[in-house]
Amino acid sequence: MERVAGLDDESAEWLRLLDPSAADHRAGLDRLHERLLRIARAEVRRRTARIVGPEVDDLAHQAAADAMLAILAKRDTFRGESRFTTWAYRFVILEVSSKLGRHFWRNPPAPLDDEQWERLPDRLGVDPHEHAEARHLAEVVRAAVDETLTEHQRSVFVEVVLHGVPLDALCARDGVTRSAVYKTVFDARRKIRAALVANGYLDPSVRQEESS
Amino acid sequence: MNARERLARFLRTDPRDVGCDEAMAVLHVYADLVAHDAGAATERYPGVAAHLAACGPCREDLTGLLAALSGDV
Repeated sequence: MERVAGLDDESAEWLRLLDPSAADHRAGLDRLHERLLRIARAEVRRRTARIVGPEVDDLAHQAAADAMLAILAKRDTFRGESRFTTWAYRFVILEVSSKLGRHFWRNPPAPLDDEQWERLPDRLGVDPHEHAEARHLAEVVRAAVDETLTEHQRSVFVEVVLHGVPLDALCARDGVTRSAVYKTVFDARRKIRAALVANGYLDPSVRQEESS
Repeated sequence: MNARERLARFLRTDPRDVGCDEAMAVLHVYADLVAHDAGAATERYPGVAAHLAACGPCREDLTGLLAALSGDV
């Protein structure tokens, strides 16, 4: 494999090891897999306490194996814009995200019978002592949702915001990308805000970009 | 922060936000920059920084990647 220009020595060594013609190729694969597995285990534990015992190892092994396949398949696309290890570790981190999304449905929280808009203030971290304002807030948001969102936007907004379903879990269930779900919620937030500014509930003087 | 301020914060969107796909495509480059100088990462990729500030799952991916790079795992 041709050496990528300007590559640091460690990254160049990884590329050499992953070249099938290298005498120590097998050892290189084992070394990379060992690292990916260690990262996957740590990442599963860091992200959730809902998965324990052998399930952590199962999920980590699957993530490491799938990341390894992706790295080997895409090795030639590495352009040296980052260290090789950073590029490679990204694959296992994304695999863990995806697998945790699927795992969510193995033991989902108790299903919610209705939309339970009274949960909204709590989901936004509103002080429980602000009872009256919290109730009003839930009512005005619900009205804005009813008036401005499409059925699809409403459904995704309710699942993500009210029910707290993780984006990656929705992706796994519905076979869509994280980007698509994020964009749906992004557009819903923008439309709800515009409605609440229009009806005077929110201050229009706070520009979007100022508040980011 | 009162209830309306919390709601306003939740609803705000940043027009610079590049979305998940574009942010994930450069996550490795962004992470290496953050590891050395977080300010440089934000300066070079303002749209990615805006996205990571708003998208919990992508921010989690960056946090995990930085943890992996730190050698703590």
